Amino acid sequence: MSYTEEMLASIAKVEATRQARLSQTFPRMTPDERDEVLRCFHPDYIEEMARPIRLGVNAGDRMPHELADVIEGPAHLDPAVFVPGEPDFICDVLVVGGGGAGASAALLAEENGAHVLLVTKLRFGDANTMMAQGGIQAASQPNDSPAIHYLDVMGGGHFDNAPDLVEALVMDAPEVIAWLEQLGVMFDKRPDGTMSTAHGGGTSRKRMHSARDYTGAEIMRVLRDEVRSRSDRIQVLEFNPVIELLTDGKGNVTGAILLDLETREYRVVQARAVVIATGGSGRLHYQGFATTNHYGATADGLVLAYRVGARLAFLHTMQYHPTGAAYPEQILGQLVTEKVRGIGAQLCNIHGEQFVYPLETRDVESAAIIRECRERGNGIITPTGQPGVWLDSPLIDLIRGPGTIEKALPAMVRQFRRFGIDMTRQPILVYPTLHYQNGGIAIDANCMTGIPGLFVAGEASGGVHGTNRLMGNSLLDVVVFGRRAGHSAAEYALRSGYGELTINHLHDWKAARQQAGLEGGRPAPILLPDYTRHTHPVREEPLIPVTR
Amino acid sequence: MTDQTIPIYIMGQRVEVPPTLTIIKALEYAGYTLTRGVGCRSGFCGACATVYRIKGDPTLHFALACQTVVVPNMYLAQIPFFPARRADYRLSELEPTAATLFTLYPEILRCLACGTCSKACPQEIDVRAYMAAAMRGDIAAVADISFDCIACGLCSARCPVEETQYNVALLSRRLYGRYLAPRSAHLEQRIEEIRRGDFNAKIASLKAMDRASLQQLYNSRDIEPE
Repeated sequence: MSYTEEMLASIAKVEATRQARLSQTFPRMTPDERDEVLRCFHPDYIEEMARPIRLGVNAGDRMPHELADVIEGPAHLDPAVFVPGEPDFICDVLVVGGGGAGASAALLAEENGAHVLLVTKLRFGDANTMMAQGGIQAASQPNDSPAIHYLDVMGGGHFDNAPDLVEALVMDAPEVIAWLEQLGVMFDKRPDGTMSTAHGGGTSRKRMHSARDYTGAEIMRVLRDEVRSRSDRIQVLEFNPVIELLTDGKGNVTGAILLDLETREYRVVQARAVVIATGGSGRLHYQGFATTNHYGATADGLVLAYRVGARLAFLHTMQYHPTGAAYPEQILGQLVTEKVRGIGAQLCNIHGEQFVYPLETRDVESAAIIRECRERGNGIITPTGQPGVWLDSPLIDLIRGPGTIEKALPAMVRQFRRFGIDMTRQPILVYPTLHYQNGGIAIDANCMTGIPGLFVAGEASGGVHGTNRLMGNSLLDVVVFGRRAGHSAAEYALRSGYGELTINHLHDWKAARQQAGLEGGRPAPILLPDYTRHTHPVREEPLIPVTR
Repeated sequence: MTDQTIPIYIMGQRVEVPPTLTIIKALEYAGYTLTRGVGCRSGFCGACATVYRIKGDPTLHFALACQTVVVPNMYLAQIPFFPARRADYRLSELEPTAATLFTLYPEILRCLACGTCSKACPQEIDVRAYMAAAMRGDIAAVADISFDCIACGLCSARCPVEETQYNVALLSRRLYGRYLAPRSAHLEQRIEEIRRGDFNAKIASLKAMDRASLQQLYNSRDIEPE
C-alpha cells in the first residue's frame, strides 16, 4: 500500500524543492482570478449536474440531481392506509439527530425546562461532528473581534449569507468556547492559558481553536456524555430514524414517526416542538464524488421539512474539501484536515512546484486543484486512475520543529501509518472530496423555519454560511445554533399544547407530485446509501410473516 | 487490477472478496447491509470494532473494520456493542481529585496491569499506562494518554477484571478540561466585552452595508501573518 515507483519519483522532486519552498509564499489570487477558477473548474458550475425542483415552495430552484431525487421523492407511508396510533412517546421537545447540533439542542432544551427525546438513526454521536478535525472558530484573541470574524464569514460565503445568522454565529462564538470548556472540552492551550489558535482557509486572524486534530470528536464525546448525565430529563433512542413528521392538518408540526432499524416497527412520537438536526448529505455522492461524511448523511431532515412546507436555501452549492485522501484507495475521500495547511504544509504538483496559495477558501482551493490536474496535466495519477496532488506535510516539522506533526495531527499520522505511509517524512496525496452541505432548511436567528413547531440547527440548516463555509465555522454553527434551537424549542413547547397526530400533509404531497408529473422513485428519506453488492435475487417480503 | 479474490470468513461463513477491500467494504461486497458496526467509515467513531484470527494462528487481532484491509483466511466478527458501565455524575458537582475517580469507578483499583487492554486498542493507546495513572489519581496524565480514544469498547470487552477503561478516561478528560486546564484570561475578557455591547455598533454597521461596500472592505482587510 505504500507509494509506487512513479509516485516516489515525483516525491523526490517535492523533496528537492522543499528547502526553497520554506521561504516561498505563493501569492493569493485576486478576486477576478478566484471567480474565473470557480467558474471554469468548480463542480457547482457544471450545468448538467443539477436541475430545478419541480414541486413545493422551492419549485424552480436548482439543486444536484441526487438531492432533487430525494426531495421530490415519494413518502414511505401512504396516508390512505397508515394511521398514526396512540403515541409511544410523549415529550416537550423531540430532537432529530444525535450529532453536535442535536446534543447541544437537547442540553439547552432541558436547561429551559423541557422533557426531551433525542432520536438518532445510528448511534448517538454517529454524525459528521465526530469526524471534524481541525478546529472551531471564535474571536477570542485580543487582536481579533466578532466584527472581523463577521467580515471573514461573509467574504467566504460570497456575501450571500443571512446577516442575522452571521451576527449570531460570531457574537455567540466566544461564549460557546467557554461553555464547551465548562463541560470539559480540552482545547489546545499554552501553559499560561492562552488558547493556541491557527489560521484556516479565508481567515484574517488566527482564531481556529482546536483539540489536537480530534476537535469534533472531543466536542462530540463531551456533549454526548453530558446528555447521558441528564438521563432523567433527556431520553435517547438510537437506531430509530424519523421517516415522516406528524402535523395537525393545520400546518403545525406535532411529532414524528420513527422506524426502528432493527425491529422494523413504526413508533409514534408526540411532541410540542421538533428540532431537526440531521446533518448533511455527502452519502448522496453528488457527481459521483467520494465523501468525508459519515454513513448516515442522506439529507433526511431536508426531505421531512420540505414536505411540511419549510423553505430550503443555497442547495445549488455543495462544498468540496480540497484535501480528501487520494491514496491509498482504501481511504479515498476521507478527510485530511485543513489544519495541515494551517500549520504550514503546501500543495505541490507532480513536478514539486507550488501552484496555489495553500489557504484560499475551500471552493477556490478545490477548483485550483481540479484545474492543476485536469487542464494543466500536473496531477499524479494513482494505480486506480485517481488524480491527486501532493500535500507536503514534512514542511510542518521543518517550520515548527520536529515532533509537531505527531503532536498536532495524531489522527492523520495514525490514518496514514495504518497503510504504510509516514506523513512526517513523506508528502501525502490529496484531491477534492465532497464534504459539506452549505445550504439547507432556511432559519432565522432563533432557528425557526416559519413552520410552527419546527426548528432546525446545524448542517441541515441554510443561510449561515452563504454559498461557501469556512473551516471551523461548522463546529461553531452546530453548537451556536444547536443551543439556540434548544432554547427556542423549549420556550415554544412550554407555551404550546399537544396537537393532533396526522400525516394528512402527505395527501397534498401526493397531489403535488402527480401534478408535477412525478411517478415512482425510491421512497424518501432513503436513510442509508446502498453499498451492498447482491449477486442473487433478494426476498422482498418480511422474513417471517407478521400474523398479529 | 485483476479479478483475483481471497477467502475470508464472516462469523464462520466463507466468502471470496477482492484483496484490496477494507473489512467494511468486504462485508458489503458479500451481501451485507450494515446498520450496526458502521459509523463514520473513517476511523473516528469506534462503531466498527472488529476481532479476527488468521486460520491456523491462535493470535487474536483487533481492528477497525473501516481502516483495515482484509487478509486471506481472516476469521472475523464485529463487536458493535459491549455492555459498559458508566457511572452516574454531574461534572459540575465533581471535584478534580483521585477520590472522585475511585468513588465513581472503584473497579479502577482492581486493575492487574496485565496489558490486555493495550493489546486490544486499535488506536495504539497505552491503555494500561492511563489506567496506571488513574490508580495514582493523576487525572492530567489519564487525559493526555487517552486523548485519541474513540470508545470502540475493545479494551473493556477484553478486560479480565471487567473495567470500562474508556469511561474512566472520558471522565478524567472532562475533569481536566473543566477544572485543571489553565484559564484563558483573554477569552473571559472577550466574553465580557461582548456582554457589555462593545461590538454592537460595528456589527450593526456591517449588517447594514450593501454587497459592494462589504466586498471592498473584505478585499482590503489586513491579514495576520503566520
